[in-house]
Amino acid sequence: MKSSVITFPGSNCDRDMDVALKKFGFKNKMVWHADAELPKSDLVVLPGGFSYGDYLRCGSMASKSKIMQSVINFANSGGMVMGICNGFQILVETGLVPGVLLRNKYLEFICKNVFVKINDKKNKYFKNLDNEVLEFHIAHNEGNYFCTNDQLKEIEDNNQIAINYCDENGKIEDQLNPNGSLKNIAGIFNKEKNVLGMMPHPERMIDTSLSGEDGSLFFKNLINNLK
Amino acid sequence: MKISVIITLKKDVLDPQGKVIHKTLDGMGFDNIIEVRQGKYFEIDTKETDNEKAKAKVEEMCKKLLANLVIENYKIIDPK
Repeated sequence: MKSSVITFPGSNCDRDMDVALKKFGFKNKMVWHADAELPKSDLVVLPGGFSYGDYLRCGSMASKSKIMQSVINFANSGGMVMGICNGFQILVETGLVPGVLLRNKYLEFICKNVFVKINDKKNKYFKNLDNEVLEFHIAHNEGNYFCTNDQLKEIEDNNQIAINYCDENGKIEDQLNPNGSLKNIAGIFNKEKNVLGMMPHPERMIDTSLSGEDGSLFFKNLINNLK
Repeated sequence: MKISVIITLKKDVLDPQGKVIHKTLDGMGFDNIIEVRQGKYFEIDTKETDNEKAKAKVEEMCKKLLANLVIENYKIIDPK
């Protein structure tokens, strides 16, 4: 399986993602934002970081960079595109997934482990995973998911919510919402579910000596689903 | 020609920064405030000399980059 990780000026989780993808069997290529052509890929990842210093709105500049037109075309033709953290912010700015990510409700940068409940398994990202709840890491200042009421209705009708913040047993409650996100939303799909944007970092959960292993479960399952 | 644009958050969008500014102003003794909303201001100096054409271009910029229409409104100030 071939993957591509896009590096924007200010990306800082691109190499972590590269390590994670390779560890679980992807042949990964790093792609520079100013390139026009996307290498042949089964999965494209927009990594976390602070692309363009978060100028204007997080992800807004990166969403207009040269490579993104190829990424958008790839996604629109059914290609798998996953945006993590700043990558999620870039995805919402392209319009590939609905909504926006606002400043965290309590104005603090949040850096901690969280539990997320998988809301939908009829997609290539979470299909066949035994777990209902995963422990991932979040580190962000703008992760407060927001959309209009009409968009929310559409998202819910199409089952586009991918994961919600919850407790270790999967209970979704207000006090488990770290950043003020609407409905505890931590990640959403596009309508076709080939594009996934999420704030949590699975690539930070792939090494038992440093962290939990739930990222390993996610990536192992993902590459099997893509085969 | 210089064209100015003001971007504001839509009514229903939470503005925590505005809230903190409001509280701080309150604490400084400006206790007559109903609400503070923070926005953005842009000055765009363009080579275009036709007022209407320049405004149309800036409007396109607002829609494509300067504002995110899910959460923000934009207002173009008529150049004088």
